[in-house]
Formats: sequence, structure tokens, C-alpha cells
Amino acid sequence: MSSAAFIRNAAETEWVLPSRGRVGMVSLIAAESAIFTIFVVAYIFYIGKSLSGPMPKDVLETPIFNTICLLSSSLTIHLAVRALRNARVNAFGLWWFITMVLGTIFLVGTGREWQRLIFEKGLTISTNLFGTTYYSLVGLHAFHVTVGLIGIVLAMIFTLLGKVEPAHSERVDVFSMYWHFVDAVWVVVFTVVYVIGR
Amino acid sequence: MSSETIALTTIGEAERPIGERLHDWVVTVDHKKLGILYILYALLFLVIGGIEATILRIQLIVPHNHFVSPEVFNRMMTMHGTTMIFFVVMPILFGFGTYLIPLMIGARDMAFPRLNAFSFWMTAFGGLLLYFSFIGGNGLYGAGAAPDVGWWAYAPLTSRAFSVGHSTDFWTLALLASGVGSIGTGVNFIATILCMRCPGMTLGKMPLLAWLNLVVGGMVILAISPLTAAQIMLCIDRYLGGHFFDTQAGGSAVLWMHFFWIFGHPEVYILVVPAFAFVSEIVPIFSRKPIFGYPIMVAATIAIGFISFSVWAHHMFTVGMSSYGNSFFVFTTMAIAVPTGIKIFNWLGTMWGGKIQFKAPMLFCIGFLFQFLIAGLTGIMLGAAPFNWQLSGSYFVVAHFHYVIVGGILFAVFGAFYYWFPKMSGRMYNETLAKWHFWLFLIGFHMTFDFMHIPGILGMPRRIYTYEPGRGWEFWNLIVTIGVLFQIAAILIFVGNLLWSLFKGDPASSDPWDAWTLEWSTTSPPPEYDFATLPVVKSRRPLWDLKHPEDPDWKYE
Repeated sequence: MSSAAFIRNAAETEWVLPSRGRVGMVSLIAAESAIFTIFVVAYIFYIGKSLSGPMPKDVLETPIFNTICLLSSSLTIHLAVRALRNARVNAFGLWWFITMVLGTIFLVGTGREWQRLIFEKGLTISTNLFGTTYYSLVGLHAFHVTVGLIGIVLAMIFTLLGKVEPAHSERVDVFSMYWHFVDAVWVVVFTVVYVIGR
Repeated sequence: MSSETIALTTIGEAERPIGERLHDWVVTVDHKKLGILYILYALLFLVIGGIEATILRIQLIVPHNHFVSPEVFNRMMTMHGTTMIFFVVMPILFGFGTYLIPLMIGARDMAFPRLNAFSFWMTAFGGLLLYFSFIGGNGLYGAGAAPDVGWWAYAPLTSRAFSVGHSTDFWTLALLASGVGSIGTGVNFIATILCMRCPGMTLGKMPLLAWLNLVVGGMVILAISPLTAAQIMLCIDRYLGGHFFDTQAGGSAVLWMHFFWIFGHPEVYILVVPAFAFVSEIVPIFSRKPIFGYPIMVAATIAIGFISFSVWAHHMFTVGMSSYGNSFFVFTTMAIAVPTGIKIFNWLGTMWGGKIQFKAPMLFCIGFLFQFLIAGLTGIMLGAAPFNWQLSGSYFVVAHFHYVIVGGILFAVFGAFYYWFPKMSGRMYNETLAKWHFWLFLIGFHMTFDFMHIPGILGMPRRIYTYEPGRGWEFWNLIVTIGVLFQIAAILIFVGNLLWSLFKGDPASSDPWDAWTLEWSTTSPPPEYDFATLPVVKSRRPLWDLKHPEDPDWKYE
């Protein structure tokens, strides 16, 4: 039997399915959430279980400025996506650039924090349980920020080359879901590491 | 209709040089080719894992045997478990899913074809890494050694002090790589099933195979990720000197167990739900009745998906959890038996009053029904904490989970092989050989795994490389090993049948079973684009509607 036997009905109602980009990204975010959950559980489980110093309350400083930068990048990427959807490519480029700068500031800030902890406070990943869980959890998040930044830089290059058009707003929107997720994870990490864990 | 196009591609295919055709298989993003690659790859590892199992059984055939050394026994045990779970059953199920889902929902490919290829090659790379440990396990000097930490890899066995060299690292990286591939497949399944259905195929009109694989996709992304996370932690411990599972620095070995089993138990359902899917497609066709209780089947599957995430610590009753913890996990374990039992009744209800045709796929499904029931019953026994304290870590447990994986999943997979072989290859298999395969495998299976329960009850611990005579275990171990011979003979017939039928079998029509789902509406094997015109469906059995315009299903659904 041939598939030609299925003839489309002329009077058929429109057949609408969810966007595969969005569904795929939501699924990926679910998988990533599960990974982060395991690391967060390990962090919480090991709070106060280190047998030797340094302890979190002695060495950790709350990264307020970093946090503000990262969280506001969620707003700027949203504005960028909205601009592109409304066909304002230049505004998109501007907001996208600001997002890139904010993400970079966050990453540099994390690097400086780690440098201080390692060289001044003597806390490495193998020093004690706090070091192991701290660098793993914050490092896993920083890794995700890095991946996001690579994507942002790529899109920035395409924008500068004039290749980004309003037709791409769907893709950019799907990407921005990932960036929002990375920001949301930071809220959890911040709460666990710098509020509860101290 | 483009029958000319079909004819053109067929002629072109046969004339092209073999190198070019092989190159096509390597760079392909076609879901059918990737599905077949998954299946062939899994069959290869099935043979390897089977050889490892045979080595284990030969070693245990008599007490004080010296067939292999204790070290080799541990390696074979670890490799057998890891291979069979991650590189046989998962790829074979993903292969069937990848091949069938787009065809059954009337799509031309998966939602993300390149991700599909990436997932396959990551899984393949993981398998290569695992087996490279035989060469590189000790770091490329010396003889090399495979992982020997068991497939659970409990801490502190995996710490540097107890596992020198790189064997455990190969194990970790293999699972990490294949885990990334599996997550990709899970994402792809979900996106394909939700976003690629042909016009008219609402969620309630999808074939059950699509529904069940949707649930599997969800379980994969939520269950494999914890394993991936735990493997990252193990890497940090082994390479960066971390202390996650290092008890001397305050770390916890029990935490690894929790992380492993929060993956490990949903994994059992990731493996068995696609088997349910095969049975749900095959049983109606060979009973000549639509599936009994479609909505209940869907609801039961979703219930299994949810509950499977709350039962993991029933693997850990002997660790010493609180009585509240034990009670909770006993309760959830009993609860998950309910939707599973509902499914068994639904399949029985489908067969009840049907004109049953005892062809090979149906025989395997009937075998599945009985054996999965028994596996579920011993599962309920082991799910009761006091009983578990007595038998945990014994051969009773080994018999139980092999009953699930071999008696349940593998039987369903064999059924699926025979059922969809005509579609995939364009040729019919040999029914007589298939029946020989079924009966020999049935005898071998029951000899091996029925009698394996008894030494377990008599106190024989699992994972021992040999045992003392005079404990009443010798006779049972002898029978268990003899059963392996029957299984090997059956597998040889199976592989022989596949190979012979692939080249010499009778050509298969596009619909040899008089079936009702969309994959049978296109040619066997399907053209590269699956459907020349995207189908439009109005009921759960679109081909029934087509064959019976006077009495279509959509009037009643």
C-alpha cells in the first residue's frame, strides 16, 4: 500500500504542534537541572562535615556585584530578543553586547574569587570537603556560563557581520531560555553556598 | 505520488560502490540508518557480554574451579554488567525507538537528526572506551586490566588507593560519554514525539509505542543526569584529589550509593518500558484485536515514570537507613507494582477472546508476560525490607533481576526483532528457525534463572568467584550453567536466521502482518524520506480505517 492513500482533507483544520526548539531546550534544561540537583544535594549534605579548615565562614565573601551583573543579564537578553522580534536589529545588537559584557564580568569575578581563595586563603579542590564541593558546584555553574558566553559571542559575531535577521528571533529566543536557566541556577547556588552554607 | 522517485533511489543504491555506501552509513543522519547502527552495535556487544557471562558460569559450574583467577572473575563480572546495561539493552531499545518513532507518528525524521547521530556516536565511543581498558587499563604499560569494581562501583573500591591504574577511569569515562549520548537521545525522543506528529495524530491517537517512548525520554533525561553528575564527582575524586566519596576526609560512601541508585532504579524502567511498548504493539496485531484499555495503559506508564523516581533506596535496605526510610521505600516499591500489574491485565485483556496467531513475535511476547510476572513477584518479595535483609546480596537477587532483564526485556526485544525485521530489511525471517530459537531460549532461560533462585535462598552470595563444596549449592550451579548451553544454541540460531534471511529470505510486502500503524503503510524497507506524502490520521489505527472504509475506528473513538 502506498502512502499516497492518505490524502489531505481540504476542509481540515490547521494542525499546530509545539516548536521543537523550545521543547528540546526545555528537555535539556530538565536534564541539566537534574545534574545541578545532585551537586547541590552533595553540597548541602557536606555542609559542616569538613574535618579541617578553612571553613566557609572564614574565607567566603558574598559576590554581590557579580550576582547583580549576572541577574541583570537575564533582563538585557530578554530585551535583546524582544528587539529582534520587533525587527530592531541594531537595538538587538546593543542589548546582546551588554549581555555579553555582563556575563564576562561575572566570569572574571568568579576567576578573581577563585584566585583569592587559592593563593591567599589556601583553599583548593583537594584541601577539604568544603573545597571539593565548593569548586565543583561553582565550577559547574561557571562552566555553564562559559558555554553560554561562547554562544553569545558567536551570535555577536554574526550580528556584527550583519547576518542576524528578525527571522532568527525564534532561535535566539530558544538560546535565551538557556541563559535564563543559567541565571536561575545561580540564584540556587548563591543561596546554598553564600547564605545557607555560611 | 512519487513512485518514480522510489524506483530511482533503489536502482541508484545498488550501483554505487561499496566504499561510498559505507561512507554513507558513517555520516548518516537518517533515523532509520542510525536505528540500525544502534541495533547492530548492541548485537555485537550482546555477543561480547554473553561470552563474559559464559566465563562466569563456567567458573561457577563446580566448587573450587580454577577456570579463571579471582581477579579475572571480578573483571568479567563488572564488564558483563556494565556492557549488558549500557551497551546492549539501552542502545538496542534506543535503536528501535529511533527507527520506529518517526515512522509510527508519520514523520520523515527525528526532530534533531544531527543530535541523533551525535548521540549514537557518543554511545559507540563510550563502548570503545570501556573495552579499551583491556589494553590501557594500567596506563598502556604492562598487560592492562579491565574495571573490576562491579557495575555499581561502590566507594571506596573506586578510590585511588583500592583501584590503581586507569581501569576505573575507563569505566567512569565510558559511562560519562554514553550518558551524554543517552541524554541527547532522551531530548530527541521527547521533541520528536511532541513536535513531529503527522496531521490528525493528537496525543490520544498516538501508537502506544510513541507514548511509552515519550515517558522513557522523560525518564532518561532525569535519571541519566544524576549518573553523569556522580561520574563527574568520581572523576574529581580520582583526578583532582577531591573528597566526595572519601570517608577519611569526612566524605560519604553511602552518598555514592544514593546517587547511583537514584539513577539505577529509574534505569530499570528506562529499560523495561520500551519492552512494554513492543509488547503493546505486537500483542494486538497477533490477537487481531485493538489494545485493551489504551488510556489506562498510558496512565499506568506515566504513573510508573513518576513512581520509579521514589523507589531507589530499596536497593539499600541492608545499609542501615532509618525505619522511616525503610518503610517509605517499601511502600513506594509496593505502589509501583500496581500500574505494572494493570499493564499485565491489559495485555491479557487484549488477548482474551482474540484470534491469537502463534507466530514468533507473539510467542516471545507471551513468554515475556509470564516471565515478567514472576520477575515482578520476586521483586515484591525483595521489596519487603525484612525479606530483603535476609536475601540481599545473594543469588536470589541475581536471579530476580535477570528474570526482569532476560525473561522480560530480552524476550520482548526478540519479539520486536522478528516483528519489525521484515520492515527493516525488506525480507521475511524463517519462521521455523525462529520457533527453534524461542523454545531453546525458553528452556535455557528457565534452566538458568529458575534454578538460580535456589542457591540464593540457600545462602550463596553473589559475586563470589568460587565456593566450598557441601553447602547444597553444587547441583543448582551445575544446572544453571547447563542452561547457558541452550541459550547459546538459541542465540546462534537467532543470529544465523537474521543473516540468512537478510540475504536469502522471501521478499516482504509492505504490510506482512496485516497491521494497523503507520510504519506498515510505507515500503519495506522504507525510502529515505519515509513517506512521499505526509499521512493524515483520524484514529489510533489508521491502516484499519484505510482497509475497512465501511467500519473505520474513528467513528467509535
